[in-house]
Amino acid sequence: MSLSLKVVGIDKSYNSNPVLQGSSWSFTENGIYVLTGANGCGKSTFLRICALLERPDRGAVSFFDKGKAVQGNIALMRRMTLVLPKAGLFNMSVSRNVSYGLRIRGISGKEAADRTESILEFVGLSHKKDQNALTLSSGESQRIGIARALVIDPEILFLDEPTASIDEKNIKIIENIIQQLKQQGRATVIMTTHDRAQAERLSDRVLLLEKGKII
Amino acid sequence: MTSILEGFSKAISLILHLNADLMGIILLSLKVSGTALLVATVLALPLSALLGFRKFPFRGVFISILNTFMGLPPVVVGLFVYLLLSRSGPLGFLALLYTPSAMIIAQTILAFPIVASLSHAAIMGVDPVIRQAAATLGATPFQVSLTIINEARYGIMAAVIAGFGRVMAEVGAILIVGGNIAGFTRVMTTTIALETDKGNFELALALGVILLLISLMVNVLLHIFQKKGMAGAIR
Repeated sequence: MSLSLKVVGIDKSYNSNPVLQGSSWSFTENGIYVLTGANGCGKSTFLRICALLERPDRGAVSFFDKGKAVQGNIALMRRMTLVLPKAGLFNMSVSRNVSYGLRIRGISGKEAADRTESILEFVGLSHKKDQNALTLSSGESQRIGIARALVIDPEILFLDEPTASIDEKNIKIIENIIQQLKQQGRATVIMTTHDRAQAERLSDRVLLLEKGKII
Repeated sequence: MTSILEGFSKAISLILHLNADLMGIILLSLKVSGTALLVATVLALPLSALLGFRKFPFRGVFISILNTFMGLPPVVVGLFVYLLLSRSGPLGFLALLYTPSAMIIAQTILAFPIVASLSHAAIMGVDPVIRQAAATLGATPFQVSLTIINEARYGIMAAVIAGFGRVMAEVGAILIVGGNIAGFTRVMTTTIALETDKGNFELALALGVILLLISLMVNVLLHIFQKKGMAGAIR
């Protein structure tokens, strides 16, 4: 199914400080969209509202032409996922972290094990599957965060600053993972980055967020 | 000094020979405190989860009261339970006074605020990003709550162990409601108090050594769980 994510007239303020002011965009084709802009311009807020993690003060988000999406719509939320800048790995083994999304969907046994193994190979960390996830480096944690998101085969993958505060080696690996996602047509990626060069390298479409609006 | 050393050597001999009276008292202590802890934990965990996950009016006041009750004086709890269970009290018809059940009730009241309050603190100590990560992966609110409780597991275990330490060491409440009846309601702490009064130090010292060992074990476990819990919180 081709993508249809519409964001219409989003306003969002924190403590009376406007962050987003009438932001709108229609994501209608599969691919990689990179949202860029200065630090604090509202990229993460925009992404969190798209992923239904936050409610806008005004405006609406709709997916797959199904009308205004609301927070708590689990069926809809299970078709997409957001990887946060700090992956938020659970205090358990790497493989248990990765299979989390499968377990909460009632998928277990061989299918869960095979999918977990395969995605760990995809992010190049299958050798760490039995290690406690909290002992990983920042870059490895971020790769496991991405694996944990990809194992559930989301139609839309939101990545919020996936390469912020990690080393060069892991930045290259993550960029490579994103490019492979594009080649395999595995999911539409909507990501934020403050690195304009990275945005150009990875994206099919660069969106610039300025003064609370996408331009 | 000689009598203390002699008392110690006799106490060690009682322990090594697994003296029947000594074992009976230890087992009853573990049974009473273990049951009280189990009941307190079953009641406290849902409350700590409710306080951790739901916002409702006077929640802060409720948490403050719970924290205050962590320091409940055992004799006051003993007096309260005694008045409830005494023949003229509202629950006198149950005829529970001077039974192990009365001791379990008193110790449950003592353990409950400790387990509830520390478990609540453990739940609140889980990094907020964990809740968001679970939600973004498609977890239902119930699954998110279970994930947070799982992340707080070491803190919750530490809370349960702290509750165990509290009830194992207390004497005031169970002395009042249990009556210290030999072979029926006599536990480690009440025996130590009684035998010391009688000048019979061997059994008192033997039980003291066992209590110290249990206390040491509790503290080692507490340290391990707090360390494991902290590793999760730091990340």
